[in-house]
Amino acid sequence: MLMTSGPWVWIAGLLTLAIYSFLYKDNPFYKVAEYIFVGLSAGYWAVFLWWNYAYPNLFVPLGEGNYWNIIPIVLGFMMFTQLSKRTSWLVRFPLTFVLGVSLGLQVIAAVEGDMVPQLQGTFSPFAKGALFNTYNFWTSIGLIVLLVGVLSTLTYFFFSREHKGVLGVTSKIGVYFLMVAFGASFGYTIMARISLLFGRLHFLLSDWMHILR
Amino acid sequence: MQKSGSIIALAAFLVLSAHIPAAGQTPDDTVLIADTLKTAAPEILPPTIVSLEDTPNDAGTSIDVTWEVSPTESLLPAAVLQYLVLRATSPDGEFERVGTVPVGTNSYSDDGTEPGDPYWYRIDAVGTDVEVSSAVSGPAHSRMQWFDRGRVGVLLFTVLTCVLVVVFIQVAKRRPGKVFLRRLPVFDAIDEAIGRATEMGKKVLYIMGGLDVDDPQTVASMSILARVADRTASYGARMDIPCIWPMAMSMARETVKESYLRVGKPDEYNEDEIYYLTTDQFGYVAGVDGIMMRDRPAANFYLGAFYAESLIFAETGYATGAIQIAGTAEVDQLPFFVVACDYTLIGEELYAAGASLSGDPVQVGSIRGQDIAKAVFFVYIAAGVILKLVGIDWLERLLMIG
Repeated sequence: MLMTSGPWVWIAGLLTLAIYSFLYKDNPFYKVAEYIFVGLSAGYWAVFLWWNYAYPNLFVPLGEGNYWNIIPIVLGFMMFTQLSKRTSWLVRFPLTFVLGVSLGLQVIAAVEGDMVPQLQGTFSPFAKGALFNTYNFWTSIGLIVLLVGVLSTLTYFFFSREHKGVLGVTSKIGVYFLMVAFGASFGYTIMARISLLFGRLHFLLSDWMHILR
Repeated sequence: MQKSGSIIALAAFLVLSAHIPAAGQTPDDTVLIADTLKTAAPEILPPTIVSLEDTPNDAGTSIDVTWEVSPTESLLPAAVLQYLVLRATSPDGEFERVGTVPVGTNSYSDDGTEPGDPYWYRIDAVGTDVEVSSAVSGPAHSRMQWFDRGRVGVLLFTVLTCVLVVVFIQVAKRRPGKVFLRRLPVFDAIDEAIGRATEMGKKVLYIMGGLDVDDPQTVASMSILARVADRTASYGARMDIPCIWPMAMSMARETVKESYLRVGKPDEYNEDEIYYLTTDQFGYVAGVDGIMMRDRPAANFYLGAFYAESLIFAETGYATGAIQIAGTAEVDQLPFFVVACDYTLIGEELYAAGASLSGDPVQVGSIRGQDIAKAVFFVYIAAGVILKLVGIDWLERLLMIG
């Protein structure tokens, strides 16, 4: 086995093993890797956010004469008022501003990105005579299952009525549909995670230990 | 002119037909056909621009160009390779290429125009060794439309939902406590988990997801955090709230501080229990996992927007034996919470729980309004599918975006 002599590959390999040692139990190697990870990433993100967001979007346009940017800069600096107990109440102004604007904008995004596509997706496979003429038997059954699934799942999310009577039955059917969907999603995502594990193992065995070529 | 061109092209086609390779064809024949194709290349006929129209429902930055393809395409399919769309700001000005489309295409949307400016267009058919141009056509202008008719459905649904929400907020304000919201099992579980943590003398860990305060799930999480903080303040339990975003940390501090004021214990509020860890997703995961293993909190709350970290948190928390209550609207992450946590708020339940626990008429009325909107969508879907099965599809067309 010819291990690499590159120092950065060694550091990355040893830190990877230190993180994986958590699978056994909490230990000093994991603690060292954890503290390095948390500290380095916090510093990295501070620099990243400054150079990729604050500086180019706020200060560069301000230098070019866009004085409207003074408003977000003032709001941003108001976040620092929480450092003093006497002025900490001022932090509510930038928080409220961000909340109001972003949630308002997301109303349209939710309608256009989630709600309407869901309705379209339910409508689109159906066509005149589709159930009996165009599709084969199992495709027609699939369409009916789709419709029942959408409608019954929708009833599960009614919160201002007790789930009793007809609503109780339909919402129960909706829960079954949800659980089937979760099962499928679980398996799919686990497969993706296993591929991530393989990627890391490949790094250890190939780039670091040179066992795999 | 065009007619005579067609005759020439037809003649070229007949010449070529006479040289179609047959069984037993020799290499000399192939060379002859290639030579013939080369000689036929100059016979490409130009395309003809049919229309230049402002692209509808846009901000005035696009013109739709439509043309009749070169007649040579149908006679000698291999002769024309592609079409170039060229644009100029005057009829005799310099034409610059704005787009390239494959053979067989007869339209292009030029989305690089300025509103109100005049533009002239020309289409060039490109062959192997030749390029022929259509006549120049124009001027065309692009104009901004104030109303995007392609989004009428979105507008209707948005207005309908908003009106219902506003109406029921007013109802909830006028009749406080009278608007019914069904009790979710998780409400009792919250009290139970905090009570257990108090008895064991251990902390309550609260994770509010991986997104900042501009995400609705984080805001809903804050409402539940207020309830959790009310209980921890009442019972005298300690909290641990590591945050991934600085603004979420500030908001969590304000929320918890208010809870301690509400239950009359402002002196017991400790802002050091709510702290920033790191904004890096897996750095945050590593830090929180370490906290779970070392401090062994008795109750873990994961409420908000979660991604790949969901399973890691839930599994580690399960290993420490904590009561775990989770909730997210991220569909892909819900299965992990469902299998590893004691109680899970599924999707919209996260918002409803926040509203119900807060008792705030604005939030309660909003949930009631959204329920009515859902009932309308239920009827809309059922009616739309039935109508579509008998050939009426205007309910679906109302939804078409674009």
